[in-house]
Formats: sequence, C-alpha cells, structure tokens
Amino acid sequence: MNLTLKVWRQKNPSDKGGFKTYKLSGISADMSFLEMLDVLNEDLSEKGEDPVHFDHDCREGICGMCSLYINGQPHGPHQTTTCQLHMRSFRDGDTITIEPWRASAFPIVKDLVVDRSSFDRIIQSGGFVSVNTGGVPDANEIPIPKVIADESFDAATCIGCGACVAACKNASAMLFVSAKISQLALLPQGKVEKKERAEKMVAQMDKEGFGACTNTGACSAECPKEIKLSNIARMNREYFSASLSTENV
Amino acid sequence: MKLDSKIPSGPLAEKWTRHKFNVKLVNPANKRKYEIIVVGTGLAGASAAASLAELGYNVKAFCFQDSPRRAHSIAAQGGINAAKNYQNDGDSVFRLFYDTIKGGDYRSREGNVYRLAEVSVNIIDQCVAQGVPFAREYGGLLANRSFGGAQVSRTFYARGQTGQQLLLGAYSALSRQVANGKVKLFPRTEMMDVVVVDGKARGIVTRNLITGAIESHSAHAVLLCTGGYGNVFFLSTNAMGSNVTAAWRAHKKGAFFSNPCYTQIHPTCIPVSGDHQSKLTLMSESLRNDGRVWVPKTKEMAEKLRKKEIAPKDIKEEDRDYYLETKYPSFGNLVPRDVASRNAKYVCDEGRGVNETGEAVFLDFRDAIKRDGEDAVKGKYGNLFDMYEKITGENPYQTPMMIYPAVHYTMGGLWVDYNLMTTVPGLYALGEANFSDHGANRLGASALMQGLADGYFVAPYTVGDYLASLPYEKIPEDHAEFKKSEEEVKARVQKLLSVNGTKTVDHFHKKLGKIMWNHCGMARNAAGLTKAKEMIQSLKEEFWSNVKVLGTGEELNLSLEKAHRVADFLELGELMVDDALHRNESCGGHFRDEYQTPEGEALRDDENFAYVAAWEYKGEGKEEALHKEDLVFENVKLTQRSYK
Repeated sequence: MNLTLKVWRQKNPSDKGGFKTYKLSGISADMSFLEMLDVLNEDLSEKGEDPVHFDHDCREGICGMCSLYINGQPHGPHQTTTCQLHMRSFRDGDTITIEPWRASAFPIVKDLVVDRSSFDRIIQSGGFVSVNTGGVPDANEIPIPKVIADESFDAATCIGCGACVAACKNASAMLFVSAKISQLALLPQGKVEKKERAEKMVAQMDKEGFGACTNTGACSAECPKEIKLSNIARMNREYFSASLSTENV
Repeated sequence: MKLDSKIPSGPLAEKWTRHKFNVKLVNPANKRKYEIIVVGTGLAGASAAASLAELGYNVKAFCFQDSPRRAHSIAAQGGINAAKNYQNDGDSVFRLFYDTIKGGDYRSREGNVYRLAEVSVNIIDQCVAQGVPFAREYGGLLANRSFGGAQVSRTFYARGQTGQQLLLGAYSALSRQVANGKVKLFPRTEMMDVVVVDGKARGIVTRNLITGAIESHSAHAVLLCTGGYGNVFFLSTNAMGSNVTAAWRAHKKGAFFSNPCYTQIHPTCIPVSGDHQSKLTLMSESLRNDGRVWVPKTKEMAEKLRKKEIAPKDIKEEDRDYYLETKYPSFGNLVPRDVASRNAKYVCDEGRGVNETGEAVFLDFRDAIKRDGEDAVKGKYGNLFDMYEKITGENPYQTPMMIYPAVHYTMGGLWVDYNLMTTVPGLYALGEANFSDHGANRLGASALMQGLADGYFVAPYTVGDYLASLPYEKIPEDHAEFKKSEEEVKARVQKLLSVNGTKTVDHFHKKLGKIMWNHCGMARNAAGLTKAKEMIQSLKEEFWSNVKVLGTGEELNLSLEKAHRVADFLELGELMVDDALHRNESCGGHFRDEYQTPEGEALRDDENFAYVAAWEYKGEGKEEALHKEDLVFENVKLTQRSYK
C-alpha cells in the first residue's frame, strides 16, 4: 500500500506545532497501525530526521498507553486500541491524519505524546477500597451474585487510555470516572465508601479541568473496551445521593 | 564468595512461620524514618510499594511508563493459582508446592517454592477485598479452572484479563498511598544505576524521560521489580518497553545474575506474519483446556494448506494428527509449556506446519463448540477470540486458530536469598526480575502468584528485618558515590549520542534477536552457542561504532531510551549464551540437543547440575565468574518428568 500521512509534530509543550506530510510506500495490510509508524520512524531516522514520538507499550490492546486521533476518531475507525488497528482497515492511496488527544487536561508533551497523569490523580482521590495488606476475610466469605460481579467486571475493564475524553466535544472524563465508581459501588467490598468516593472523584475530575457531560454518548461509542453509558447514569445517582446525605467531604 | 540462600531450618511447612517470628521488627514509630525505593510498578512493584507504605515506610516508586497502571503485568491473561481447594478436588499447599517444583524441573529451591504455595491463599483474599472482580459461579462464590500442567482446578481468573484486574487492584492500593503522602510517584523515569556506598545499596540514579535530567535518589533500601528480559529476543510477548536495564546495571554493581538461559517459550502465540512484526501476541494458555492441537498427518497435505489449495475443514478426522493427545495420553493438550512448545517445533521441522511460513500449528475449537455450544465457548474465551480475529482477520469460531511458540517469560534473573535480597546488601529483587521460584520452567498462572506473593507478603517482612539494623541517617544525594554514578550515566548518554553511525537502534535489536532465537531459543547446542557468542561480540562492537541515535539527551528521545536498553541486551545476550553453553544438560525451558532421552524429552543431569548458576560481573570485556548454589531436596524425590 502507498499512503500519505499528515502527522502532528510539536517539539515540546510550548512549541506551537503543526502538521507535516509524509509519503509512505510498501505498507503491508497485515501491519498494525503502530508498526506502520515504526516503518515511518525507521525511514526518518535513516534520513537523519527526528522520529515521530508516540506512546505505546504492550501492543496487545490492554495497557492503555497508545492513543492517537486518527482521521478524526480516537484510535481510528474501529472500536479498538490503535495497536490493534491493522492496515487492512485502510485502502491504497489513502491520506491519514494523525493527531494527539486534544484536551486541556491532557497537555501535549511532544508530537503525539500527551500527559494523562490527571487520570492517576483522579484514581488517587478515591478510586480504591481502603483495605491494607493482610487481615482481610477469606475470599469466599463475601458471596457476590454472578450478574453483579459481571456488571462490575464490565466497568473494571477500562484501560485508562483517555479515548473517551478525546472523543468528547467537551473533553469530559465522565466515562472514565464513572467506570471506576460503578465497579466499586456494585461490589459489597466497595459499597462502604461509595458516597465519599463519588464526591471525591468528581471533585478531582472537575479540578483537573475536564469538561461537563452532555450525554451525546461519543465516549462510549469510541471506547475500545465498550464501557457502557449506563455507568455515567450510575455515577450521577451515586453523586447526587451522596451530596444529599453524606456526612463526608 | 559463598552463596548463602538463608533458608530457615526446620520442617518445610514451618520454615516461613518460624522465619517471620525470627525476623527483626522496626518499631511503628520508627518506620517513617526509613525511605525505600521501588523500581517498577507491576504486580511485584505496586504491591510492595503499597504494602510497605501501609506499614509506615516512606516509599518512592519509579516506572518508565506514563502511569504505574501500564506495567506489563497488565497483559497477563489466564489466571492466578492458589491452593484454596475450593473445588474439593484434592488440592493443598503441598500439592501446589509439589507441582511447582516438578514443573520447574527440579531447579528451584524447596523453601522458596513452599512459601509461595503457602501465601498463595492470602493473595486471593487480598485481591477480593480490594474489589478485584474474579469470575464467580451462580451461587456467588469464586470460580476456578484448571490450567496448563495441573490436574486440579486451582486457577482463579477474571475472563482473559486476570493480570489487568490484579494490577489495577495493586495500582489502586498504591494510589491510595500516594494520596496518603506515603508514596511519591515518579512516572516516565528510568533507573540508570544503583548506588552502592560502603557495600550497601543506598539509592539509584535515574533519567527523567521527558526532560532528560539525570537525578540521584537516596534511600535505605532499593527494590527492583522490573520484570523479565524476554525482549533480548526482539520478538516476544513482552511490551515494547520491557527491558533488562535496571537488573543489568545492578548486576554490574555486584548483584549476581542467575540462570539467564532459562527462558520460557510459550506454546500458544499468534504466528509471525512478516518482517515488519514488532511483537508477538499471546493467546492465553487456558485455550488449551478446550482447544485441540493438531497438524495434518502428512507433509503433502500441509503443503496444500500452506498454498491455500485446501482449507482446514477439508481435512478428514483420520488425516489429522492430534500429536499431543497421542503422545501424552494423560495430560494431552495440557502438557507444560516447554513440552507443548518443543513438540510444535518438531512437527513444523518435519514440514507439517500449517501457515505460509510453515511455522504454525492448529488450535481447534470445533469439538468444544459442538459439545458446549458457541455461547459457552464465547463466555470463556470471547475476548481472546476477538483479539485473534482483529490481528489475523480470521474468525476462530469458524476456522481453527493458528499458533506457534514465542518467547514469553524469563525464569532467570537476579540471584536472591530467601529474603529476596541480592548479593548486594539492601538491594532486593522481586517478581520476574529475580530467579527464585520457577526453576527451569514456570507453570501457567504462577507468574501473577509470584509477583504478588513477593510484593504483598514476603518483602514487607524481610525488608524490615534488614532495616532494623540500619541507622536512620540517609546518605546525602551529593555524596561522592552519587556524583560518580551521575557522571557515568551522563557520559554514557553522550557516548551513545556521539557515535553518529549509520544504523538505527532497531537494526541492532533485530539482529540480536535473530541470533538469540536461532541459537539460544527453543533448542540449543554447543556448536550453535559457540557461534552465537562470537556473533554477539561482533554485533556489540558494531553497535558502539555504528549506531545512530538522533536528537539530544535533554528531551523526550525514544531512540536514546531504546539505545540504552539494547546496549544492555547485547551484554546480557552474551551471558545467556555462556550460561546455556555451560549447562550440559536439558531441563525445563533449557533444551540442549545433545542431552535428550530416546523419546526426545529433556534429559537432566542431577548428579552434576542440580545447582543454581550465579554469575558475577568481572568488568568490561572480561568473562564472568560462575558461582554455584547447590539445590538440596529433602521433601521431593527427583524424577524424570513424565506427562505420558
């Protein structure tokens, strides 16, 4: 395949940045999107040009490190991570535009690399069950109906990639935050702290500068792990009931 | 130097309990006076950092990724073993211990392995309490499955994403301690050196991957939880960033490196599709519970498959060779990883491989779908099937999967004693970074168990024992040893940037990977290893005279990061070859062509090789010195592994 790439290049956070066009030939349909970028980078390096910096690690769709806004969609045309997107999804002669995630809470570090530490800080604000190592009951002492466990699991599969934020016109992080709140609120282990958790995580989310939710559902439609929109509804319920009744915060 | 494993005396089942009583304790009010560095935030690192912080120590946690949640433990699919015996099928701590020792082909320590089996039950309790959503039965209790090499159902799992869920559990515990101010996080920071003062590990030197700043961090103890070195093969199931650098720099500062040649080749990976390939994707071994492995009985038929003249479904039942079921009637498709991998290689070497490259066998779910229905199969393996289809473009519900072995895990690592301390006092290695529990071969669902055992339940006791006799004063970060180390790191950065050659870092990495895979991979022999050593040495020379690293040291520079890692892989590769060449026997993941039984199974030499090889770095360009720790077996009888 022959391709034209329009790639966002930005030297550092203070640089203005802009698109640069590259021509690529001899791309195999079996390559993953990131392997295609590897080819580009080998070419650039051989020519003595700075390779395109992008985040990636596991390349099997689970670490959440790869990002990329491809032709106006986070992770490209399919509901998957960029590392699991293959070139067979494109056609010979295509022009592909590649941008970083765009959100003020995800500042650009270099080229396509952004800083998502705001997600870590949201988890630090309450995305856990407060138990120390040791001194916990036997695992089977807390029976959990399979349906509930499965629903909690669905929310727990979030990989923290940030596609939901990139997809949202308001750069809202509601899907990410609600997934963690739902996972723990559904389980007996997490119920104890659910009110405090909802209030603290929402407060941190706002502090980081993520936008509000207008229920368009773009986040869920683009989520590579298919986190459901119903989590946001559950989060809102948890948050409102917490603010009506809580003694905390 | 005499290696002392410090295995406590007394009966096997009481060793850990006695040891826990005998270790020195640090008064709760004094714990805050100590600082501990944890490098790596995977299962071992995150669990250790969280647990130590909960106890009251001050912890600094480092990872090269943008967040601790990205560590490669996240990619483990299948499950985690624990001797809970919830299924009433005869499991016990002793049986898990026995299976693990036997699975490791009798090349691990009894004491360590027993402790691992013993604390396995606590891990499950801990993870459930954190909110890890393990699979459950309709009655609400935890579900189990059996897993490669085991005849009991002791594996706990979370669909095909067990590693993810366990890591997120540990990450949440770590995050809680960050919020409490007990852990300070340093993401996008790579460890470049261990600083040793008066014979003790007293800190590390790091490179900030965003700014390039070289910085010193002083502490009372350093824990390396930096994973394995499978990426020495270039193609492996490891993440792109997984590397040996931290462990290797520690090795050069005096930590012995053990059994580097013990590498695990995983039997169920998606086959290589071309030269562009950057990594290999594992399909969880749990698939072997229901999938049947086969190739055509004849070469001719395999050739037709390769040319796509016929489809797998055109091959009649009597023309299929379910070679694992035939050769190993009692274990069948569930034989341990090394056995399954080697047999795949044999049938492909015979010309019966089924894809274009001739390096693939079938893993077929036709019978499972017929027996249990598509929904049941989907429930168990849905996400794995989806992943397979995304990568290959083929639907495994309709046509059999194709698989081939790939490098997956490294049993070797830094030598540690029973306390997980390396040969450098105050320097610990946890999880895959150490060598201790898996012997020559790791059983499925044991890596998650070991990482969490070390981090949650072992290090918090043993590190305290060491700290208790250490003064509170920290070594200042402007101490001569820190400065010296910083200068060395800076000089190395400059050296890499100034070569200004013509070949990219990846060029060298790929070349090294090919040498390792061809000569130090699934099967090795003396001639090949001798040749490999020469090839690596000349590749290393070429690297330092002709590598091209662009950009500067003061910015985010991916090729510079990679160059550091590949330079260390080049040195490690040579040691792996030395280790494989000196071990004149076959055991577990180390298979020497010269040493096999008439049936083609690994032939151990317990008389001469029942020891841990521990290599000591002797300086640039010098041969490393071999030390031996004899393995003593008091509770198991060494037998020839048989899965017939």
